Amino acid sequence: MNLRRDVFQAIADPTRRAILLLVASQSMTAGAIASNFDTARPTVSKHLQILTECELLEQKQNGREIHYHINATKMKEVANFIEPFRQMWDDRFNKLEDIMKNYKPKA
Amino acid sequence: MKRKTEVHAEDGKQELKITREFELPVELLFKAYTEPEIVAQWMGTKVLKLENKKHGSYEFETSDPQGNVVFRANGTIHEFSPNEKIIRTFQMENTPFDAQLEFLEFEKLNDDTSKLTIHIIYKSVALRDQTLQLPFAQGINMAHNRLQEIVNNLK
Repeated sequence: MNLRRDVFQAIADPTRRAILLLVASQSMTAGAIASNFDTARPTVSKHLQILTECELLEQKQNGREIHYHINATKMKEVANFIEPFRQMWDDRFNKLEDIMKNYKPKA
Repeated sequence: MKRKTEVHAEDGKQELKITREFELPVELLFKAYTEPEIVAQWMGTKVLKLENKKHGSYEFETSDPQGNVVFRANGTIHEFSPNEKIIRTFQMENTPFDAQLEFLEFEKLNDDTSKLTIHIIYKSVALRDQTLQLPFAQGINMAHNRLQEIVNNLK
């Protein structure tokens, strides 16, 4: 269950989604992926680590280089879930709660 | 950790239930649904009209930074019981999505906490499933747009 939540946390981040889309068409090295973003390279590495840990990305040794490619099975599994819908409502309700905690009745 | 917001959608049914417990008195929770400025804030949309009464109606509209309307929705209110219940329809305009029927129940748990249960009925199972997948599709779409921006900047 923990893993499942991690997957959705992984795809909740726009940079990580962009990375997934980037490697969807071809496997790439960390350097090649990072060159597509303004973000600092260690930040991109962190994103890659998270995506690999929750099995959305897989690493393949290619000579001296490590290539990242997408795990289509895992992606498909994610696509079937309703988690983003729940997340959308959770975000809205969190906002609602924050607003109303600070609510001051009009004079 | 227990999730605050839960979505129950059984396979093959044309309905779903959203439940959420709030650290708010039920009166404040209900107010968040009836004051247009507050609805606008947490729903992230403009509220053009919100008539909080039996047979009243409402209209939401969202524009992008360029001023293009990207979302419009409306509905009518069938029942309105302060701090207890709202029954209404909801329909997104200019989309293939048909109207849905929503039962919103506001429940006092104690003086400081409350619970909201939204029961939504769709025209068909397929329509419900499509609606459920919408945020996922939008998420991917946003990533697409971001990629497009990156690509454009490379040119």
